[in-house]
Amino acid sequence: MADAVHSGRLERVDASASGASASAAASQTHRISSGGLIDRTKPLSFTFDGKAMTGFAGDTLASALVANGVKLVGRSFKYHRPRGILTAGAEEPNALVELRGGARREPNTRATMAELYDGLEAVSQNRWPSLRHDFMAVNSLASPIFVAGFYYKTFMWPAKLWEKLYEPAIRRAAGLGKASGAPDPDHYERAWTHCDVLVVGSGPAGLSAALAAGRAGARVILCEEDSALGGRLLADGGEIDGAPASDWLARAVAELESLPDVRIMRRTVTFGVYDGGTFGALERVNDNVPVPPEHQPRQRLWRIIAKRAIVAAGAHERPLVFPGNDRPGVMMASAVRTYVNRFAALPGRRVAVFTNNDDGWRTVEAIRRAGGEVVAVIDPREPTAIRGRAGGAGANVLRGVVTGVKGGVDGVSGVQVSVAGDGTREIAADCLAMSGGWNPSVGLSSYHRGRPVWRDDIAAFVPGQCPPGMVLVGSANGDFSLGICLEAGHEAGTRAAADCGASASAGRAATATDEKFSIHPLWHVKGKGKSFVDFQHDVSASDVLLAQREGFESVEHLKRYTTLGMATDQGKLSNVNGLAIMAEATGRSISDTGTTIYRPPASPVAIGAFAGPNRDEHFHAARLTPSHHWAAERGAVFVDTGLWKRAQWYPIAGETDWLQSVTREVLAVRNGVGFCDVSTLGKIDVQGKDAGTFLDRVYINTFSNLGIGKARYGLMLREDGIVMDDGTTSRLAEDHYLLTTTTAKAGPVMQHLEFCRQVLWPELDVQLTSVTDQWSQFSIAGPKTRDLLKAIVDPSEDLSNEGFPFMGVRDVTLRGGMRARLYRISFSGEIAFEIGVPARYGDALARNLMVAGEPFGVTPYGTEALGVMRIEKGHVAGPELNGTTTAADLGLGKMMSKKKDYIGRVMAGREALTALNRQVVVGLKPVDTAARLRGGAHIIPKGAVPGPTTDQGYVTSVCYSPMLKQWIGLALVERGRERHGEIVTIHDPLRAGDILAEITSPVFYDPEGVRQRG
Amino acid sequence: MRISCPYCGERELGEFSYLGDASPKRPAVIAADGGVAPDAEDVFYDYVYLRDNVAGEMSEHWYHGGGCRSWLVVRRNTVSHEIKSVEIAAGAGARTGHPNQERANG
Repeated sequence: MADAVHSGRLERVDASASGASASAAASQTHRISSGGLIDRTKPLSFTFDGKAMTGFAGDTLASALVANGVKLVGRSFKYHRPRGILTAGAEEPNALVELRGGARREPNTRATMAELYDGLEAVSQNRWPSLRHDFMAVNSLASPIFVAGFYYKTFMWPAKLWEKLYEPAIRRAAGLGKASGAPDPDHYERAWTHCDVLVVGSGPAGLSAALAAGRAGARVILCEEDSALGGRLLADGGEIDGAPASDWLARAVAELESLPDVRIMRRTVTFGVYDGGTFGALERVNDNVPVPPEHQPRQRLWRIIAKRAIVAAGAHERPLVFPGNDRPGVMMASAVRTYVNRFAALPGRRVAVFTNNDDGWRTVEAIRRAGGEVVAVIDPREPTAIRGRAGGAGANVLRGVVTGVKGGVDGVSGVQVSVAGDGTREIAADCLAMSGGWNPSVGLSSYHRGRPVWRDDIAAFVPGQCPPGMVLVGSANGDFSLGICLEAGHEAGTRAAADCGASASAGRAATATDEKFSIHPLWHVKGKGKSFVDFQHDVSASDVLLAQREGFESVEHLKRYTTLGMATDQGKLSNVNGLAIMAEATGRSISDTGTTIYRPPASPVAIGAFAGPNRDEHFHAARLTPSHHWAAERGAVFVDTGLWKRAQWYPIAGETDWLQSVTREVLAVRNGVGFCDVSTLGKIDVQGKDAGTFLDRVYINTFSNLGIGKARYGLMLREDGIVMDDGTTSRLAEDHYLLTTTTAKAGPVMQHLEFCRQVLWPELDVQLTSVTDQWSQFSIAGPKTRDLLKAIVDPSEDLSNEGFPFMGVRDVTLRGGMRARLYRISFSGEIAFEIGVPARYGDALARNLMVAGEPFGVTPYGTEALGVMRIEKGHVAGPELNGTTTAADLGLGKMMSKKKDYIGRVMAGREALTALNRQVVVGLKPVDTAARLRGGAHIIPKGAVPGPTTDQGYVTSVCYSPMLKQWIGLALVERGRERHGEIVTIHDPLRAGDILAEITSPVFYDPEGVRQRG
Repeated sequence: MRISCPYCGERELGEFSYLGDASPKRPAVIAADGGVAPDAEDVFYDYVYLRDNVAGEMSEHWYHGGGCRSWLVVRRNTVSHEIKSVEIAAGAGARTGHPNQERANG
């Protein structure tokens, strides 16, 4: 096989390179002198655990570490065993580092995926005090204790030690890297895009598919996780169309880039597939530089909507399970080829190869050509054809298995081989390349519960039922031959394009000839010492066997009992080995044993990418009232009510306490005049010939008989008979009403009314429009309200009690000619008007009210004073309309019409909703007038022992009443209306303790309502 | 999931909110004079609470609140999330007579 990518010899990079790179390269003891896809004119400096090293542009952190001769890169999760780089790709379980420093520190970064940049800082994880001397490695000596399920077995007794001792100790020991603990200074984007054909992966199959679909005229997106296109071609070369594969690769990329409807997304991993052809992909926009350029995100989360998807995500090589397989220096055979051919870095000078399949033999050739020595090829199979071609020339070929690996923190020093019928043998080596076969990447095909299917001939799972519109091609589909990859990709691309209506010529498929893949499965080499299945989580073959003995035979149980496949690599390397060992132990077939359910993401995605821009003040949207900026200028304190920011109170100079401000505001309204922005209330414009009929059906009371120019309080129920919302509705014309909702329910009520209109009664001639944002509305309240209003409305308007009676509504002209809508409604119990102007004039109206009201001492008030006044008046609000109360509970049962059908009428009549012992709204007044009431406290009979049987209700709303000069509250109390005057205990064990209070009418102030009608 | 709104075209799930089974019809059990049928509570109990837990195709109410504010009847497979049809829900929840009478009338 002609290798297109590399030809070179191992030696120090010498003075033939530039002077700078020569000195820079001094640390690179394992760099091959030529070849590879690295840019030797661009040396890069980096540090690993503080030690300065160099690499080249085009390196990953892992390949640079290999070039620098680094063997030990991390410690395992449980036993703290020394670990080296195992793979060269996304499936890396061992080489996880903390990348970058300070607030940008990023734990658990796969060194194999981190592109090298100048100044990169990487630190190893999960060790103390240093990587070479890790104190916690004593765990390894205690490994008989730390078997599968040790949590459940070891820390059971005595139970009281769990919280104080075991759990804190385990939590300290657990975890790998540490997060920075500081806010991420970078930002993250989210984006959407659409295409006809999404191609995942740019190996030979993916490129071939993208070319075919692109040529046919389809809109194509090609996502590649790597920074470079080519997949295994970058490492394995080969021959395509009779020429080096690299030639075809260059041509294919150039052609794709020239096609106008093909978009190539490099550094973009497709991590999930969702319903309706929606794919999740993460673009690592600026992970390859220390700090993203200004105004650029670090990462971008894509949602790609594709009519067809061709997944050519390749395959992951499977480790072999034998004693010592986790020593630093034991590496996947394909990874060895990647480091040698793509990165010109030699993982070892004396390499042993252990393989049960033909593909592993390709590593022999790669090492030789790079100037390394292949000290032995260990293959348990009968001699195959590949043996003669790839290993023939003088290799020490042994038919047998590896039964042990010598070495430690400095890497492999030798391997022990059991030769079939010929005893054991020790072979000196500094690297062991292993290949147990290949697992197709079936993840994306399985996220819709498609179960992969076992194929004996390749000893691997291949895709089962794929999500609609998706096909898997190439090695992801179990086709490990280059020729088939090219052909299948082309065919899939052509068909997908045709499905999308793109039928121009797809050209011809590139061709290649290579051998059929041959494998004989080898699942577990028994021997002395630990044989690891899951490297990161330290799950060994004996743990799998223990799980079987203890009855955890189902793969889902095996996974959870041993944590097999639950590490950051999500079982890419370990799952098939684990379940094959389980299958052997139980005597079932692998097919019957099955796989665990695959779930996204296919590759780790940072939470920051999902959060995107929605952090800090952008976590959710902020809705500002029309007077917000004016209120902010006055120093108002704001409160979040849903998305709205409302002024809660307006402190003035000298006030030190919110209660001082609120009390002042209440007294100013009760004795003079104040105003409050109430624009946040939902406003729905209801028009049409049947508007009145419609409102009759959604409210418990009647609106069709409301006079034009009048407002009426209304209450609506849910269909189950519980109160949904309340508000005043005004009739502006025969066929025109304006309905208001509470701030919180504006959206849900609109949705409910649309349901009623569209789904239940489409025959009614009625239309609904939300006008919440169109109106700026202020409540002006207090005995001097008319004085203030006269100063702003045109003198021709009659505001007298006769000319504008209580609950009247009409449009008026303001001084200066602007039209406004005036409602004489009162929440505070004082003479009050609400004035509505177009939203854009709200700010000006607030400022004008301040100027015009100055002679009357006008006082802006916030939601807190609003709340105090409504409690003094016994008006119910959110805390009472809490999803458990009926109209009767709120004292509004008399409003329920008996003459018509309305939403909730029938169910409100149910026995339990009309029971006499229901908790109903009452007032509460502490007996000790200095005592403070608190919301949420429970009500029990005076002196009763608190408990579920004596609990009779709870306090819903409290305030300090400036008018009564004491704390008062509203509460829901059993049979409350019969109990006015009774003294009860207010039970508040978590806060101030118990006090006595008198049950009263909920209306504390002006019960006859004289003031608001004045 | 993506839903093809008859007014707005194919849109993403986030624009819609889900109500549930579209098969219940609101019973008409209140007479013109406001009188309530004796079995009204039972009939309404079925209407408000009783639902089949369908594994497979069912008709559902969805609300396009992030778009045209239409209520839709979406025919969807609850297992595969495949959407068979989307229609405007006009009148889908209405019943013209008492359910028992309708049943009696065939």
